[in-house]
Parts: sequence; C-alpha cells; structure tokens
Amino acid sequence: MRFFSDTHIDFINNRRFAFIISALLILVGLVSLFLNKGPKYSIDFTGGLALELNLTPVNENGKNIDIQEIRDLLAVEGLSNVEIQDIKSKEDISLVLIKTKVTSETGEKLGDKIIRLIKEKYPDNVEEGKFVRLQDEVGPRIGGELREKALLAIFWALVGIIIYIWWRFEFSFGLAAVAALFHDVLITVGIFSITGREISLPVVAALLTIVGYSLNDTIVVFDRIREDLKIYRKESYANVINHSINETLSRTIITSLTTLLVVLSLYLFGGTVIHDFAFALLIGVLVGTYSSIFIASPILVEHFISRQKRSGSKKRKI
Amino acid sequence: MKKTKLRGLIIIAVILVTAYFFLPLVVDNLPSFWTEKRLKLGLDLQGGSQIQLQVDFTDLELTQKEREDAVKTAVQIIRNRIDQFGVSEPSIQRIGTSNRIIVQLPGLKDPSRAKELIGKTALLEFKLLAEGEKIQETIDTLNKYLDENIEKYDYLENFVDLEVEEVVDVLETEEETETEEESNRIFTKLTTSEDELPLTIDFENIALFKKLLKDPEFKVQIPNGIQIAVGKEDKYDIYAARTIYFLLEEAEITGKYLEKASVKIDQGYNPQTSGKPYIALKFNKTGAKKFSNITGQNINKRLAIVLDDVVYVAPVIKDKIPNGEASITGSFTIEETNDLVIVLNAGNLPAPVNIIEERTVGPTLGSDSIKAGIMAALIGMAVVVLFMILYYGISGLIANIAVAINLCFIIAVMTMLEGTLTMPGIAGMILTIGMAVDANVIIFERVRENIKAGKTIRTAVDTGFSRALVTILDANITTLITAIVLYQFGTGPIKGFAVTLSIGIVGSMFASIVLVKAIFDGFITNVNRKKLSI
Repeated sequence: MRFFSDTHIDFINNRRFAFIISALLILVGLVSLFLNKGPKYSIDFTGGLALELNLTPVNENGKNIDIQEIRDLLAVEGLSNVEIQDIKSKEDISLVLIKTKVTSETGEKLGDKIIRLIKEKYPDNVEEGKFVRLQDEVGPRIGGELREKALLAIFWALVGIIIYIWWRFEFSFGLAAVAALFHDVLITVGIFSITGREISLPVVAALLTIVGYSLNDTIVVFDRIREDLKIYRKESYANVINHSINETLSRTIITSLTTLLVVLSLYLFGGTVIHDFAFALLIGVLVGTYSSIFIASPILVEHFISRQKRSGSKKRKI
Repeated sequence: MKKTKLRGLIIIAVILVTAYFFLPLVVDNLPSFWTEKRLKLGLDLQGGSQIQLQVDFTDLELTQKEREDAVKTAVQIIRNRIDQFGVSEPSIQRIGTSNRIIVQLPGLKDPSRAKELIGKTALLEFKLLAEGEKIQETIDTLNKYLDENIEKYDYLENFVDLEVEEVVDVLETEEETETEEESNRIFTKLTTSEDELPLTIDFENIALFKKLLKDPEFKVQIPNGIQIAVGKEDKYDIYAARTIYFLLEEAEITGKYLEKASVKIDQGYNPQTSGKPYIALKFNKTGAKKFSNITGQNINKRLAIVLDDVVYVAPVIKDKIPNGEASITGSFTIEETNDLVIVLNAGNLPAPVNIIEERTVGPTLGSDSIKAGIMAALIGMAVVVLFMILYYGISGLIANIAVAINLCFIIAVMTMLEGTLTMPGIAGMILTIGMAVDANVIIFERVRENIKAGKTIRTAVDTGFSRALVTILDANITTLITAIVLYQFGTGPIKGFAVTLSIGIVGSMFASIVLVKAIFDGFITNVNRKKLSI
C-alpha cells in the first residue's frame, strides 16, 4: 500500500500562502494572549491550590452536589477567589475540582481547611480514602522558582539544538529550523490561550517535546535537501527544495500519522491527569509537521535566493 | 562475516538482559535474587504524598555550620517520626545542600495527619504564668500602642470604635480630641472580654491574633519577660473560643530532659476525664531533680505545659513532685495523643520547618491513571501495529517486532536502574511507540525508492539502511538533547517522562538500525529474493 508516490506538489511557489496562514494563526494567538494578559499559568508557576474531590453520595442520605452550594460555603469562610468546576466523568460519580491562586500564610493549610469544611457539610458524600483524589498546594516562592526553571529549560534546549544543527548543517539551516520551532511553540501557546487551558509543568514538558519532535521532522527534510543540492547542481534552489519535500513527503506524513495516532490515543484514553499534556502534543505534532514542510524549507529557499541575488552567482537557475 | 557475528552477539546480549529484567513482571515465583531489582511506581500512580519542607532560620542566629547540622538533625528527626507513625517505604531526603527536605509518603490514607506530624517543631516547655499586675500592665501597654499605631494594622480596623473615628472625620481641633482620653482599647476588644481574666479569643479572630503576635513591631511592645500564647485547639469543638495566656518567657524546664512520653487512659472516678486519653511524661534524672525544685518553689502557682508556643494545659501546682512525672490532660482524640507522643519521643526540630509544596494523589486517582495509561498504550499500539502491517506488509511486521522489543527494553532498563514509573513516564513510552516506527519508516521509504529506481533487493536494502542512518541519528539526537535538558530541569514526574523518552530513543535507534537490519539480512542473504514485501 502507498499513499503518496511521485507527488509533484508545488510547495515552494505557494509559500506566500502558507506564510499568510501561519501569520494569521500566530496573530490570533497573540491577540488572545494580549487580551488575557499573558498565558494562563497553572498553580505550578503561580503558587496556589488545586483539589480534586470525590463527592459521590455514599449512602441514601447523600445527594448530588450543587457547585453553587460549595461556592457559597467557601465564600462564607472568606474564600471567594476560588474556581470550582464540576468534572463528572460518569453519571453516578460526582467529582469536583477546586482551584485557587490564594496561598495560606500561616497555620492550617488552605487545602486542609477546604477539605475540612466540605467534609463537615457533606458527611453523606464522603468516603474516607476515596474522598481526596488530588491535593496540590504550591507555595508562591516554589511557583516562582519553577517558572524560572521552565524558562531556563526552554532556553538551554534551544541553545543545544542550534549548536547541534550548526555543527551538522550550515548555520542558515539552523536558523530556519529554529524559526519553525518558534512558530510551533507560539501557535501551540496561542491555542492554549484561546481554549482557556493552563500552562502547567507537564505542558512545558510537552512544549519541549514538540520542539524535539518538530525538529526531528524538519531535519529529515533538511537532510534530503542537503543531499539533493549536491546532486542537482544546476537546478534552481526552489526546484531542488521542492523536489526534496516531495521525496520525503511520504515519510513525513506516515511518521506524523503514527505519532498522531498514539498521541490521539493518549488524549482520548489517557485520563484526566495528562489531558492537557496530550492536547499540547496533539497540536504540536500537527503544527510541527506542517511547519517542516511549509515554514522551515520555504524559509531556507528565501535565504538561498537572497544570497544568490546578493552574490550574483549564475551557477543555478533562479 | 566477522562483523555480522559481532552484531549477532550484541543483539543476543541486549535481548537476554532485557528478558532478565522484564521477566519478573510477567512471571510469578521467580527466585528472590531475580526479583531484587524492581520498577517502582511513582506517587502519582500508587497514591501518596510528596511534601517539600523548608527549614526556617529567620528567627535564629546561627553560623553556617550550625545551620548545616540543624538541617541534618531535622531530616533525622522527621525520619524517626515517620517511622514511628508507620508508613511503608517512606523517603526523606535533603535537596542537595539546601535548607529543603523532600518527604515522600506512598499510599497514605490521611495525609493531613502526617503533615501535622512532620511540620511540628515539637518544642516542649514548662512555663509559669505571669501574675495579675504584670498581665494588666501588658494589656494596657498593648492597648496604648495599638491606639497610637492603628494605621499600621489595617486588618484590625473592625475593632476601631466608630465614634472616635467620626470625631477625627469632622476635623475637630487637636486639643479637643486629646482631652477626650477615650481609648479604642483594640487589644481588649480583639480578645472579647471586658477586662475580665482569663482573656479569650473567638475562633474567627484567631488568625488575626496570630498574625498580630508575629508582627515584629508589635512583638517588641510586649513587656520584657512576658510571652503571650494561645490555648490548644479542641479537636471535638474547633470553633470554640480559646484562652489567651500570659506566660513568663523563660522556660523552667524543656523537653530536653524528657525520658519518655506515653499515652495513658484515665482510670479515675471523675466522670469528666475518666476513660479519656492523656499523655504521661517521665523526666530523666536531671530533669526530675529540676522538676522537683520548680514544683517545690512554686506551690499554688500555675505552670503551663507549652508545645510550639501553644499552651496545652496550665494546672495549679498543688505539691512538690519529686518523681519526675507529669501529665498533659485535656480534650484529646486518641490520634492526637498518639501523634503527640511520637513527636515528643522523637525530640524537637532544631528550627521550625514550613511546608512550601505539597502534592497528594489519592489511591483512586492513581489506579484510574494506571488503567487509563495501559488503555491508551494498548489502543495506540494496536492502531500503529495494524497500520504498519497494512502499509509495509512483512517489513511492517518486522518493524512491529522491533517496537515491541523496544517497549520491553524501556521497562527493563528502568528496572535495572531501579527507576520510578510515573504517569508522564507512561506517556513518554506511548510517545516512543509512535516515534520508534519513525526510524523504520525512514528506512523503508528509502528502500522503496531504491527498488523503484531499479536496484536489486540486496543493494536497495543496504543503501537504504546506510543512507537512512545519517538521517535517523540527526533526527534522534536533537530529541535526545531536549530530553536531557528536561531531565536536568524537571521535577519528579517530568524527570520520569525524560527518562522513558531518552531510553526509548536509544532503544528505537538500536532496534531499527541493528535489529531490523539483521532480520532483513537474514531474509535476503540466504534466499535469492526477487520481491520484497515492503
């Protein structure tokens, strides 16, 4: 079986079209980021509290929980800046997610306080051992440190990659690849902002994985470009690179497809804990594949053509 | 030929090692030496708490050496407490050379109790109560100070008398306000009672009161030698008002002289206390002598038993106590007394610790995550396996074998390194399934191209593999770079992801470049094939 044999799609001459689409995607993301005053960071980076509680009725007195009731209960205790969500996964189970960026200064931890209050209010919905499913409480200082660590990680990953590509290819290849990476990360972060998802520690890990994955894709194409440039010495840059993209198209699509299949499986069946992580990967794989064909290689073409014009070389057709 | 022999040996060695460490997972009743190393499940999968503590030196003046010792002692004491509490396989570790300690408690039913146990400084002190005049003097001083400096304490504005405020608002002349002499008496109002002793504090004001007591400017206003402390919370009635105690700051005797603390049940005839748990304290020889002197010299005075600046009980000394025995009575739950005995026997922390991060995963979420992870892995793998066979025929099947071996390889290496499997770690493995076929896809596409170009099967395979090798290395090394960076900067679960991803990348390169090539070679060398299912 084969899907793509002998394709002759003209990617390069239609590159302006791809650039416009990408620019639009990035722009929409940036507008959303601007309107929301930056990305929505999770408590990993801001400090705060996340609680997932199981309030499924455990005896005949237990009733299904009304979120508003919990909100009122916490408001009475002066906890009004709290986000409460109903995340019922099945009909007969009642899961509640409580999030706040507030941190307790002294004494009883905020999470313990909320747990105590809800326990007292709904004794018929609390089963010891099953009640608290998740309790994450991050102090503000730790949040700041994690933010710093995440930024450093992204920075050093990019430095490492540029150095490696610089060593293996020409510098211009490295720049084109990194431009594509920024493109991927910007679009993913933008989509996270538009869909109101939080940037948490695992999401940062996913972003870095996207960087690695997208690069993987780009390098396979670049590798072929490097090879073809040596074979077709008279052909114009645009034609050679277009030829390389078409030659590797089958591989690019197949690999992306298999990766996409497992990531989709992770997103659909992997459970709540890694939902956002899988979502970031899902977007990243799609955008990463797109960018290695439509962004990284065309940027390379632009670079080569402008270099040729500057030097006035007649070796290749233009 | 020599080269192929070496390759065969390497493949056999890798498969044997993989099988050795993978087998205990699927076969029961292996000899014990075989199952010694095993893959641990992370707290996010088996449920449990991770608590990060910071030793707080702000109120202490210590040298670098003393701080160093304090952190080490803290680790030791917390370990003792947890051992006494009874948690299986806890981990208590200092982070590098910092003031921070990470405590991991797997499979815990009631983490809040463990937290209280860990976080207590557990400094036990016996202090005499201040006398009446001294108390009055303290209250007056503090009332006066707060009146004059109320602008510094905006959280106390509810206790400012409205009438007096109005006077200021109407901008009366200064002399008139001064002649009024009417005081706000904020400190008295905060403590609810009208000049009656003992002072008490209502539940809703306790947090404010504690904040006030911690304020450095307020602290210096308290007359020398006096300490203000709040009574213990009643676990049976946590909303009850609590007594405020005025203590003589200097401790008469501390927990340093304690030999043993134990839980006792009151066997007396008093229906109020009978059958209730209390804590019996026994001092060592020096302590007993000291205690005997203190009680002998202060008959009819009240002696408070103070733990971490909270007064547990303050009985009147009726007689000299020569045997070095004391008891802490009161409204206790059994758990409370058990935990108190644990911290008293383990000794006090050299400096207070603060919980700066806590991550708890309940057992139900953990097992849900495992189920979901296995489900996602199985479905993802099934789809990819099916696709590869459909698209590449027999070659696809070979690639699938390589992917399966790679999965076993990841788990085996993790076991060998005695690593911890986390949820992101499982995600990393699943991701590897998708990426592992990539190397094969690159190779197969090359081989197809070669066959189409009219090369023989043999040359098509050989050049396909050797040309693809460069690409595979370049592509995987960049992913490896990001994985290593993730490992360097990541915390717990993220590290798990980085580890499985890295092992997976190395494994998939081995599988596709060495293993799949070997199978192909075996396929082609022996038989002169005209066609290849690819």
